[in-house]
This record gives sequence, structure tokens and C-alpha cells, in this order.
Amino acid sequence: MAGLRTVYLLLAKDVLVELRNRETFTVMLFFAVVILFLFHFSLNPERENTAQLAPGLLWLAFMFTGVLGLGRSFQAEQANDCLEQLLLVPGDRGNIFLGKLVGNLAFMLAVELLIIPLFALFFQLDLWEALLPLLVVAVLGTLGFAAVGTLFSALTANLRAREVLFPLLLFPLVVPVVIGAVTATAIILGGGTLGEASGWLKLLGAFDTIFLVLAYLTFEFVVEQ
Amino acid sequence: MAEWAIETHNLTKRYGHRPVLSGVDLCVKPGEFLVLFGPNGAGKSTLIRILCTLMKPSGGTAKVAGYDIADDPDRVRASIGLIGHSSYLYEDLTAVENMRFYLRMRGVDGVERRLAEALQVTGLERAMWHRVRTFSTGMKKRLCIARIVASPPHILFLDEPYSGLDEEGIRMLNHFLLTLKTADCTVFMVTHHREHGLATGDRAVYLHGGKLRTEPPAMSEG
Repeated sequence: MAGLRTVYLLLAKDVLVELRNRETFTVMLFFAVVILFLFHFSLNPERENTAQLAPGLLWLAFMFTGVLGLGRSFQAEQANDCLEQLLLVPGDRGNIFLGKLVGNLAFMLAVELLIIPLFALFFQLDLWEALLPLLVVAVLGTLGFAAVGTLFSALTANLRAREVLFPLLLFPLVVPVVIGAVTATAIILGGGTLGEASGWLKLLGAFDTIFLVLAYLTFEFVVEQ
Repeated sequence: MAEWAIETHNLTKRYGHRPVLSGVDLCVKPGEFLVLFGPNGAGKSTLIRILCTLMKPSGGTAKVAGYDIADDPDRVRASIGLIGHSSYLYEDLTAVENMRFYLRMRGVDGVERRLAEALQVTGLERAMWHRVRTFSTGMKKRLCIARIVASPPHILFLDEPYSGLDEEGIRMLNHFLLTLKTADCTVFMVTHHREHGLATGDRAVYLHGGKLRTEPPAMSEG
């Protein structure tokens, strides 16, 4: 129960802070729109190419905006050394990781919910029928990405070159998630069902589990001095 | 109850090859108010951070509230409070929201009553709904103290608690420290304010060259 309380209180605090300063969500959304504009005008996609390009472009948009939000996640805790106060709370420090992860996941999924219709608009895709299976893939892919991202956000929060190091550390590790998510998205956008993409979804589920457990267990050592 | 509230044996800490603590042996009785003096860079804050389980020592052992900091850090954390250099406050939250978050995270009962009383004691009741971003350094320090007032620990660590406080704030802090003394709370305070430290503490020790002394170092020792 104490662990759940920590996760809930951290999530509620992060949402309240975000509602007050609107820094992370607004920046992520604005950046997503800019990326979609750039993709649209630089690739000038014809309808035939769109189906092939769409899954990769969609996940690039998800990941670039996600990196922006994840990178700020522990910087907020570094201000006034708030992280130290969290570390003084009795209980498993892995719960702090889970609390921050749930907040990051909520922000990323909220932005992705807005990116999907914008993406359909920019690339003239009819995603209505594929929306539900697409959301399943988005949740699974984003969970793995956010788990590794939250851990590395904590790891790099104290470093001077964190803006450079954070994506450099994060992207190579999430390659399996990217491959699984992009391929599953391609199947869904190609008119396939979740059943047809089940192999890739299982792979995503497996990576999510591995990343979650590893990040939970190693968080204590990451924040330790 | 443990014989010693704080107990260290040959505690060492190195940053790379640079030794900061070189075998610190310290025993603090339950209910005792110990004041630690020392020049800048002597390792005072490092010692507090190790005892609060925020940092691992390079060698030696330490027990706080009878629990080993390496083997039982969770119980140590449940027994202590810290007023440190930083405010540990979220700038975009109000005083009440910061207090509420801190107290609920620690699983304290009667949060609303406690925080209202603590904000009144620290003279922050008028600013309780203001965001911390608008607070002065002294007000932030008062809010740090309010968190401890709302949930007094068995052992309180204070790292330069007088910095940023005006005269009224210093009076309020000294009054609070005296109430802790009467409540048998063990206090470990690091300060440069020799006058305040000697006036409030039961015993003073000096950290110099990585070791503790009972007498202040001579001027020639720097």
C-alpha cells in the first residue's frame, strides 16, 4: 500500500505542477506539430508512399516528442534538490521510479492521442477503423520507451551534458521497441488486425516487462551517490 | 531504545583520491543536541548526508537510531528528519501543497491539522496559498522548518539552518530547537553560527582534516 501511495502522490504532484506551469505538455505538443509540418513538407508524400512511410514517421514523432518530456522529468526534481527529499522517504526507492514513470507515460500518451489525428490530417490517412488497435500498439511501445527513458532521465539529470547524453543513451537501447512498434503499426495501418500483429505485440510486451523490471531494480543504484 | 542515537566507527569518505572524512568516530546520546563546526570543505555536509543515507561511505560503519545505515536504511529514514542546504520545495506548488505532499509521502496521520498548526507556528499562515516561487529565501527556510514542526522526527539533522533567516526567523528556529530538546529529540546541527550553535547545543565538536575534535583547531591549522 505504501508503494501505491508513493506512485499516486508523485503522479498527482506531477500533474498539478504541469497544470500550473504547462511547460512539458505544451512544449511536447508544439514540437510534435513542428515535426509533422517538417515531415509533410520535406517528404511531400503521395498517397501510394504514405502507407509505407506512415508507421516510421508516426513513431519518430512519438519518440522525438517523448524525449523532450522524459528529459525534463527529473530536472524538475533536481530544482531545490527535491529528489533528495524523495530519497529520504522510507520505502522502496523503486516506487519513486514507478511514480515518475506513470506521470511520464500519462503525458506521452496524452500527446500521442493528439498526434494521431494530426498525423492523419497531414498525411490524408483514414485511421478511424485502425484507431483502437493503433492505441494498443502505442501504449505498449510507449511503455517500454518511457521505462528506459525515465531511468536515463534520472541517470543524466545531474550531468552537464545531459541534453546530449540523454538521447545518445536512450535511442540505442530502445531499438527493439522501435522495431516492434513500427512493424506492428505497419500491419495495423495496412488493414491488418491485432491478431495478425500478435507476434510483434508479444515482443513489445516482453521488452516492456524486461525494461520495467530492470529499471525498477536498478533505480536505487542510479540515484545513489 | 538504542544506547546511542548516532554512532559511527572509523567512518571514511573519499571523492576520487581526495579524502574528506578520515576515520570519524562519533557517539551521540538519545536526546542530546550536538553541534558540529568546521571550515568550508571540512566534510560536515558529507557526514550529514552519509548519516541520512543519501550517500554511501567509503569505509567504516554508522548506526542511526540503532539501525545500521548500510543494512537498514529504510528504518533510518523513518527515524530522521533533515533541514538541509536546499529547500526541497516545488516552486510551482503552494506552501500547503508542498507540506501536504511531504507529509503524505511519509504516511503521517492528521495531515491537514498538522500542517495548519505548523504554518501558524512558523508564521506562514498568510502565505499558505501562495506559490513557493514567490517566497523569499527566509520564507522557504521557514517552510522547511514547518515540515519538521508538523512531523517531528526522533533524530533531526540540520545543515546550516540559520542561513537565509532574518532575526525573527532565527528566534523562531531557536524556540523550535528548544522545544525539540525538551521533547527528547536528538539533534545534530552543522552551522557556522558559533554563537547560536553554542547557545542551543549541549555539546560541540569540530571537524578538521577529516577527523573530529572536541576542541576548535588552532588558527595556524587553518
